[in-house]
Amino acid sequence: MNARAAAVDAPAAPGFSMEPVGETMLLLRFGERIDADVNARVHAAADMLRRVEMPGLLDVIPAYATLALHYDAAFWAGRDGEPPWRHLAGTLSAVFATPPRGDAHEGRVVEIPVHYGDAHGADLDAVAAHAGLGVDEVIARHAGTEYRVAMLGFAPGFPYLLGLDPALHMPRRAQPRTRVPRGSVAIGGAQTGIYPSELPGGWQLIGRTPLILFDAAREPPCLLLPGDRVRFRAIQASEFDALADGAT
Amino acid sequence: MSVTVLKPGLLTTVQDRGRNGYGALGVGHAGPMDDVAPRLANALVGNDDDAAALEITLLGPRLRFDDDALVALTGADFDARIGDAPLAAWRTVRVRRGEILDLGRARRGARAYLAIAGGFHAPRVLGSTAVDVNARIGRPLREGDVLATAAEPRIAFVERQRGASTSGFGPAWSLDPRPWFDTDPSAPIHLIRGRHFDALDAASRTALFDAPFRIAAESNRVGYRLDGPRLALVAALEIVSEPLAFGAVQLPPGGQPIALTAEHPVTGGYPRIGQIAAIDLPRLAQRRPGDMLRFVEIDLDEAQTRYLRREYELARLLEAVAARLE
Repeated sequence: MNARAAAVDAPAAPGFSMEPVGETMLLLRFGERIDADVNARVHAAADMLRRVEMPGLLDVIPAYATLALHYDAAFWAGRDGEPPWRHLAGTLSAVFATPPRGDAHEGRVVEIPVHYGDAHGADLDAVAAHAGLGVDEVIARHAGTEYRVAMLGFAPGFPYLLGLDPALHMPRRAQPRTRVPRGSVAIGGAQTGIYPSELPGGWQLIGRTPLILFDAAREPPCLLLPGDRVRFRAIQASEFDALADGAT
Repeated sequence: MSVTVLKPGLLTTVQDRGRNGYGALGVGHAGPMDDVAPRLANALVGNDDDAAALEITLLGPRLRFDDDALVALTGADFDARIGDAPLAAWRTVRVRRGEILDLGRARRGARAYLAIAGGFHAPRVLGSTAVDVNARIGRPLREGDVLATAAEPRIAFVERQRGASTSGFGPAWSLDPRPWFDTDPSAPIHLIRGRHFDALDAASRTALFDAPFRIAAESNRVGYRLDGPRLALVAALEIVSEPLAFGAVQLPPGGQPIALTAEHPVTGGYPRIGQIAAIDLPRLAQRRPGDMLRFVEIDLDEAQTRYLRREYELARLLEAVAARLE
């Protein structure tokens, strides 16, 4: 990395590197891969910053392997002309002198009812064919695993879930759909996720939940939060319709 | 106090200074494309600098004032008129009950900001009135919308002007837009190298800072697509999605860079080859599709120093404006 680039010459900090992204964001990098342990450390660090109520931060955003801090540059303006990002990085090094433990973040367990297949999972047969499994086996494997919400992104409330059975990994569609229905449960590569609203999307659709994942007027607006654990429960069309009536 | 939208214009949205604290839920910052002009407009009518103002894009709305009001217009140069009289920008203006403000078209720049004494009333969603069309939070103005003000105007100036009969009456001074508005659209935009700059091939590293880019037609509040030489990486990169900031310059596989703007997704996984300096984001916001854009390199420490200096000068100006209105 070039010395004049977003140099990672932050003060030594345990377990992550620090990288300024422009004038008002600092990125803490815990790894380079999609990995449950790396992600757990991201959430533990986010928890710690919330616990110590770090001042001068506008937003704390966990992702797979990174934690973004949007900060008030004027608040962190150092004496002697020290750039704000170095001042903030130095303070973070002290805060994290003891590395946050990856198992500190327990998360809640949230159950998501899903109607797999039929009109709600247009790609379920294709996923089964790609996996070389029967449709029932795909459903059993998808619903038989506990997932972790690695991050929310792409659109408000879209959860990226870790823990998909490797047999169900499948590349995104060559032609993304212009409209994926709200609540669609889908597979994109090694990930599974849920479309919180009608959106364009290229993931393989295997089912649909009647639950509302994101509603800006609700508190909290998101059904799933970063770090939560998720289980899917296969439901019949009749239960989907009953829950959908109750959800709206 | 209310204003009726007779015509909404091309894209007119309510914006305060943006939404903070919900990035973890995938909800971005939104807010104005040009973060400086609306703060000055608000100051000119005695508001806090994060009061809700209108962001007006290229083709402006037609607004009927149902009561007397004080307004200020900053940002892009529009041929705004009240009846036949041009509306002076960058100053406080009194509009009388029944008058119609036609914002007209942008003559220079892309986005103007209209503030009203008391601020526009708008639903507060997740702590902010900023409309985020891409995240489906709020919507642009429509014909027939009625906008109320959020609070009583609080500046003493209102009292002194009560009873004034001349349209366009206001204090006999205005702000100089020059330090705050992109008066030279050919001037380069400062760019900080991004994490993946060094992954570009040699020709692309040179081209990023040497070649002119044209802002493509499909450029908006989510991002600007930049037409120019196709940029390429030495080798494909496997990148894990990570948070992004306003002004990030990403390189999708097609080789056409995208500069992310106010409504960008919270996370993304394309190579990040640069970050536009915050001091130049208001200037970027005033460029339109078809305009040219050239980058010049700045290092982060220098960019941050200039950003702090600008914020300091802007804060002093906002205080000075507030003092003159007392």
